[in-house]
Amino acid sequence: MFKKLGVNVLAMSIDSMFVHKMWNDDELSKMVKGGIPFPMLSDAGGRVGKVYGIYDENAGVETRGRFIIDPDGVIQGYEVLTPAVGRNVSETIRQVQAFQLVRKTKGGEATPSGWQPGKKTLKPGINLVGKVWEEWTTDMAFDK
Amino acid sequence: MSEELSVGCARPTGGPVGEEAGPKEQTEKIVEEKRMVMVGQKAPDFEAPGYHNGKFISMKLSENLGKWTLLCFYPGDFTFV
Repeated sequence: MFKKLGVNVLAMSIDSMFVHKMWNDDELSKMVKGGIPFPMLSDAGGRVGKVYGIYDENAGVETRGRFIIDPDGVIQGYEVLTPAVGRNVSETIRQVQAFQLVRKTKGGEATPSGWQPGKKTLKPGINLVGKVWEEWTTDMAFDK
Repeated sequence: MSEELSVGCARPTGGPVGEEAGPKEQTEKIVEEKRMVMVGQKAPDFEAPGYHNGKFISMKLSENLGKWTLLCFYPGDFTFV
């Protein structure tokens, strides 16, 4: 899916590349046919994680930080979770699709709360001031 | 006596116990400026070793410029979630 969207995925933890190899070869390749398709990067000492603000000094590990970076290298969004709760990949895909649409329209369209591909966008401008209620209703915030 | 660890989703770590070793007269602690990166700002570039498609590699984040990139940190290999 990410490949289809033209997104490069990078995974990073404090583990060495040797441990990455063993985890991929011994376990993950049993979940994902052919193994992990994206680079698994090593951040010994959490130096990169510290710069991104997601390194947990006490535990000595990185938290579940996820950053969406646009083609210009600008961070468009991030999410950080503590270790025991996994990510919602569908929501990440939705956000990427929303950011891609906004970029494609050069900001001419914005995606309101609850937007999914195919749903209505908003066109910010003087004519929309005070008129969002005509374009968007609260039930549109929820998946249907 | 060592005790058995029960494993959870956090990666177990240790650390020094008892009195701190080293000089005690250190009074001034260097306060590092810590800031979370911001949306709308450039992602800090880095270079890191890694594993990809059966090979060990070295990659810079900036190699991905021109494409959307999803950078995912996680607590550790062989953890559960």
